[in-house]
Amino acid sequence: MKRLILTFILSAALLASCAPADLNAPMPAYETGVDANAWANVPAGEFYFGQHAKVETTAAYEIMITDVTAQQYADFLDAALADGYVRLDGKRIVGFYPGDVFRGVKHEEKIDAGDWLFIPLDDPSQRIKFDGSAFSVQAGYENHPMTSVTWFGAWGYCDYYGYRLPSEMEWEKAARGTDQRPFPWGDDVLRENANFYSSRDPFEDMSSFGSRTSPVGFYNGMNYDGYQTLDSASPYGLYDMAGNVWQWTGDVYEGMHYRFMRGGSKDVYDMDLRLWVRNNATPTYFSPGVGFRCVR
Amino acid sequence: MQFVKTRFNYLFNSTKGLILVAIALISVVTAVWGMLSGPMAEMGVREIVIKTLGMDIVQVEREGRIVILYHSIAMGIIAIETYMVTGLLRMKSYFKTTINLLITVGYMLALIFGLGFAYFGHNWALHGLYITGLSLIFFAGVLLCVALWPWNKEYYIEDKDYARTKSGFDLERAAFFTTAVTTVISALFGAIPGSYYGNGFENFLAENVIRYPEKTVMQYSIIGHLHIMLALIAVMITLIIGRWLNFKGAWHKVAMPLMILGCIVLNLGVWGVVTPLQPVAHMVIYVGATPSMLAALFLLIWSWNKFAKEGTAHIAKPTFLQKLGAMVSDPLKFGPTWQMLFMNFTTSGIGIFMAIRLEQIFRVWPAREERIELTGHWHALSAIIATIILMYYGDMIGLKGKVRQLYGWSIIILSDIALAGVTIFEMKRLFVSEAEQQPLVNGLMYAMDFGLAMLLVLVAVVMVWRLTDLFKKKGRWTEEVSHELAREVAK
Repeated sequence: MKRLILTFILSAALLASCAPADLNAPMPAYETGVDANAWANVPAGEFYFGQHAKVETTAAYEIMITDVTAQQYADFLDAALADGYVRLDGKRIVGFYPGDVFRGVKHEEKIDAGDWLFIPLDDPSQRIKFDGSAFSVQAGYENHPMTSVTWFGAWGYCDYYGYRLPSEMEWEKAARGTDQRPFPWGDDVLRENANFYSSRDPFEDMSSFGSRTSPVGFYNGMNYDGYQTLDSASPYGLYDMAGNVWQWTGDVYEGMHYRFMRGGSKDVYDMDLRLWVRNNATPTYFSPGVGFRCVR
Repeated sequence: MQFVKTRFNYLFNSTKGLILVAIALISVVTAVWGMLSGPMAEMGVREIVIKTLGMDIVQVEREGRIVILYHSIAMGIIAIETYMVTGLLRMKSYFKTTINLLITVGYMLALIFGLGFAYFGHNWALHGLYITGLSLIFFAGVLLCVALWPWNKEYYIEDKDYARTKSGFDLERAAFFTTAVTTVISALFGAIPGSYYGNGFENFLAENVIRYPEKTVMQYSIIGHLHIMLALIAVMITLIIGRWLNFKGAWHKVAMPLMILGCIVLNLGVWGVVTPLQPVAHMVIYVGATPSMLAALFLLIWSWNKFAKEGTAHIAKPTFLQKLGAMVSDPLKFGPTWQMLFMNFTTSGIGIFMAIRLEQIFRVWPAREERIELTGHWHALSAIIATIILMYYGDMIGLKGKVRQLYGWSIIILSDIALAGVTIFEMKRLFVSEAEQQPLVNGLMYAMDFGLAMLLVLVAVVMVWRLTDLFKKKGRWTEEVSHELAREVAK
């Protein structure tokens, strides 16, 4: 009898592991009041860069105070498709990228000039939909960060509007300010500061679909139906510089085709939200946990 | 007073007592510090542990803390292996006493004050004592090399069943010696960059610098150090298990030269990463790893064959199933080599698969996914080494009958469930997308947590039993005071 019970429990656990995750489970909708079209000024000057606080300098620049939202990206695609900046290639949106210098370093792959994947349309976690004539966003995700976008897709968005992706230094300075804090808001991280793995925010359910993105600017000190957030803006007023989605940065490094991401995401533990933590992937990589913002 | 004196004498002056103390300390550290990460952190247990113990956790220092934690546990394991070596191999008694004394004081200083410095505020006296501990362990290692000197005629052997030269030079002893010498040299490979990086304040975790085409010599040195030290701990435990099981015969004669050759080449490859030979160093490492792993395979073949033969000696014509039954009849003796085989699924197999399909699969994934594979596979190898030690320890303390079966099979099954879970977790991107992974991740987490938690419970039960035994006037400890491992080697 005991063996039967044990077998039953183990089988149930195994079957539960094989159950598909519902990627379209209802998503709570919240207005954060943060303007996704706003930019922050970052003055020229020195700042502490990296874990070991090396002093570096940047010129002045402006950076978006939130990640590019899914709605903003859909609007971009409508405009860019109309004027031929991007094109439909089967179930993919592709666009031109001028290519990188190839040096033949070990593990380096060629990135030639040509059309590269911006976003896939057939990925189950893609929130952008195309009906044959116009792009739209899956309901509830309009003010969430644009995800499932490749580095080329992020680069293309910024380039289309005359912006660019931030360098790693620009990204970190915008997130950190001029002191040595490890998080945009200060020295330590609480669950109410950011959307990270198992942070118990209103959008996740770790027993089924797991972690999901939160609307941009969500962690601004507001109370959402009883869920109290902490105001977690960076010293320059940027939101989501830690957690929610990894953010593509623009640096193209000599001898490597990988592109770097910063900020951690909904899918990593709090330690990876520290401002100097880096992640990287091939520029064609896309994920429901990767987005971007631009500088100008 | 006599009560304390006799127990102290057992715990710190006998091989089995010393091993018991080290296992107990490592178990406590594993149990407590295991609650600071993973699912325990998710459940909020981490905050409770930090508050209860008064830990001082600063975000910026995480890497330094983890490096000290790894060293604290590793030093305990190295001490256990050293006790086993000094207990199993012939050497002058003053060498044995001095080595055991140095390494005991050394690992305790490193563990207690290292963790004190890393997790309970930065008192520099603690850091100094931590470094003193590591230094004592280093000197114990140097002394072990001297004690094992295989060219000492006293240690030549005449028995032709064992690997030896015509003159009687003991190749098994030479393998132990080679492993000890290369371990001591490879320790410097970490010590030097450790000093360079400013007492750990500017350090990094190797898995965080993957994919960078340019690495500094110091970074290469640290990457080499951590790989080779774990590999050498694994090589040493293989030799120890071979000695315990009394590995001999034709397989032994082939295995020992292979072990020596593999160990030397493997180390040369690792040391080569900081020389102009760096571009070919990986190839040299593969070449060195192959004979070492073959030697372990030969131990497995010989031991399984031995168990099957001895267990069916009373049957005229044993069937395959009877042989199989005999082979697995003693989990504590079958277990260590089974775990070595299982390691090929969790560690070597993953490593080889990654190396072969690096560009096509793993380098298409983001670096954080690759980091999971890297950290997962060496955690798995470390856990496997720990289970092998626990199985040998189970035999050492004389577990018999049903308790022996329960203890042995529990270690094998629980650890293998957990490690299989870890392996699938590492490889999950091959069969599930990021968006759809959560149910699978949950299932795997249950498997891992169940396996590891139950394993820790099992060890806790044994430790509690050993603790209560110490309060008995004529407990098992009184017998173990005079037991020496060399006399308990299988016939």
